Amino acid sequence: MSVVEAAPTQLETPDPGPRRSIGSFLRDNEIDTRMAGMILLLVVIWVAFHFLSGGTFLTPRNLWNLSVQTSSIAIMATGMVLVIVSRNIDLSVGSMVGVVGMVMAILQFEWLPSLIGLGNQWIWIITLVAGLALGALIGAFQGSIIAYVGVPSFVVTLGGLLVWRGFAWLTASGRTLAPMDANFQLLGGGSRGSLGETGSWIVGGVACIGIVALLVLGRRRRRKFGFRLRPMWLDAALGVIGCLVVLGAVWVTNSYYLPENLARAIAEERGIAWPQGGLQIPLGIPYPVLILVGVTLVMGFVANRLRFGRYIFSIGGNPEAAVLAGIKTKRTIVKTFMTMGILVGISAAVSIARLNAAVSGLGTLNELYVIAAAVVGGASLAGGIGTIPGAILGALVMQSLQSGMVSLKVSAPVQDVVLGIVLVTAVAIDTSYRRRAAQR
Amino acid sequence: MTAPSTGKPPLVEMRNMSVSFGGVHAVKDVTITLQEGEVLGVVGGNGAGKSTLIKTLSGAQKADSGEIFIDGEAVQIHSPRDAKNLGIETIYQTLALADNIDAPGNMFLGRELTSRWNTLDDSSMEAATREIMGRLNPKFQNFKTPVASLSGGQRQSVAIARAVHFNARILIMDEPTAALGPAETEQVRELIRQLQREGIGIIMISHDIHDVFDLSDRITVMLQGKLVGTVNRGEATMDEILAMIIIGKLPDEVTTKELEQLHG
Repeated sequence: MSVVEAAPTQLETPDPGPRRSIGSFLRDNEIDTRMAGMILLLVVIWVAFHFLSGGTFLTPRNLWNLSVQTSSIAIMATGMVLVIVSRNIDLSVGSMVGVVGMVMAILQFEWLPSLIGLGNQWIWIITLVAGLALGALIGAFQGSIIAYVGVPSFVVTLGGLLVWRGFAWLTASGRTLAPMDANFQLLGGGSRGSLGETGSWIVGGVACIGIVALLVLGRRRRRKFGFRLRPMWLDAALGVIGCLVVLGAVWVTNSYYLPENLARAIAEERGIAWPQGGLQIPLGIPYPVLILVGVTLVMGFVANRLRFGRYIFSIGGNPEAAVLAGIKTKRTIVKTFMTMGILVGISAAVSIARLNAAVSGLGTLNELYVIAAAVVGGASLAGGIGTIPGAILGALVMQSLQSGMVSLKVSAPVQDVVLGIVLVTAVAIDTSYRRRAAQR
Repeated sequence: MTAPSTGKPPLVEMRNMSVSFGGVHAVKDVTITLQEGEVLGVVGGNGAGKSTLIKTLSGAQKADSGEIFIDGEAVQIHSPRDAKNLGIETIYQTLALADNIDAPGNMFLGRELTSRWNTLDDSSMEAATREIMGRLNPKFQNFKTPVASLSGGQRQSVAIARAVHFNARILIMDEPTAALGPAETEQVRELIRQLQREGIGIIMISHDIHDVFDLSDRITVMLQGKLVGTVNRGEATMDEILAMIIIGKLPDEVTTKELEQLHG
């Protein structure tokens, strides 16, 4: 029984003191230690598979394929992060891929050719826009039921999972539609669906300029407001590392060459004589990966630089506070699900282009991979927490594990067991990491 | 326009306000006024309806009937945004902070500063937050961490900074000192006096009868959704206020016997 208990207000600002751990140094300089840890994990996985597989994992061919395989899930994962951040979930994305993919296939396979002629230049773009619009429409529809009627998103999208899969079957009466329009196919990557050597280096160069510009502008802005600057060497190191990663990735894609029969066909088309030692045509950055990069930039911008993104985070952090701050939370939720729908449209386009066919089962179980990617990437199902780059890394980690196990000839059931365990373990580690971070 | 012949109209007049939830009258036919530079204390037991009444002014709760006048002019408040546009800021008992967002993000939540490209201008928001915190709570240094990791007092200063920054004319404080230690409580009290000197009208809801007694110019008492009465500071003793809160009788209605029973 003493009055001492009322005193803890004095403990407000703990003295930073001379103690300088690496972690606190990184935090002080606004470097995401969690993200750095994930990148490290990815490197460990890659190196481990490389040695276990006897040196077949870290090859241009495997990495190129890995990047293409990751794209369609990663594209959707960037949207799922925002859905999860807003304290919702979308279980319907796999089925939406099915129905949107099917509609896009019918458009370019049946309707548009009879309307504007087979092989018309406009077919792929009309199809793509229609697919994105359909995705947005479905997303807005589900989002409206969630926001305005008040049915939990789990239930609405669980219903959606059944409904849209049913529609995917009904639209094509269970048929498989193939092949896709020649231009549309390029969206899926494949041997012709990549940027080529020169184009890839240009993209890499532009990306490097972008990285340097962001760092320089960031410094300038901080100086203007008199905020603390990162040490110059750290910014320089970040710039160099960033550029090396980008240029390294371009180099890898440019080190993967077209297989001989395709190279021959292209040589013939272009009237190039087939040289003695064979023709090595680098593939360069595959289009799906280019699309993923574009999606990442746009979604990162939406999440961090627009009011819309800030509002999603505030709703996830404290829905009541968001309402009291005058935010139109219902409209924000609808827009979040619409964004998810558009990304489903993009992903569905990549998927049917890559398969060069649409089947009714397209996208089955995608919802689980997408949610797993977001969650492994640090999104908290309690809402309010998650990052776009994290989700992409999460997708890459899951796909790397899967591809790696395939290369080790691990059987499919065992793969599922491993992926499931990894998912739970990753979240368990993350949860305890966060708990410690909160106590700091 | 027929301006009242004597003096200015009150800063705020809430006339015959009623709110009911289902069959329960949370607020029934309550009228209060607030002058410029005045602190109005609103007290009452749990369920007295004080928070609900105040929420109709801050736009968080729709009234079933009643009218609100600002400077003598009738206004419509349908949302928190309407209230803010009228210069009404509220510090909620829960603070209404998004825990996952940093202090500048919370301070400007719903009213973000944007660049000419319509993107968030985080640097300007941080600079403005640093400036106002320099005045309110100079010890505050955590501008980049989510407010979840801040202490109760620091969180409170973010909520107060948010209300003060946007040049409020009317400030509503719901239990401003309930979660604070003695030193921070004193800070808030000092702030209230300072804001009052600047001519801001303050409505303060509090359980702490001492706060109310020390800071309020007038005290309004509610009981079971109804207005018991409003008394000027110095015209009622603390016991008389307690009598209003508990048995709903005004100082001139209450008997000495009833006053004694309060302490029984």
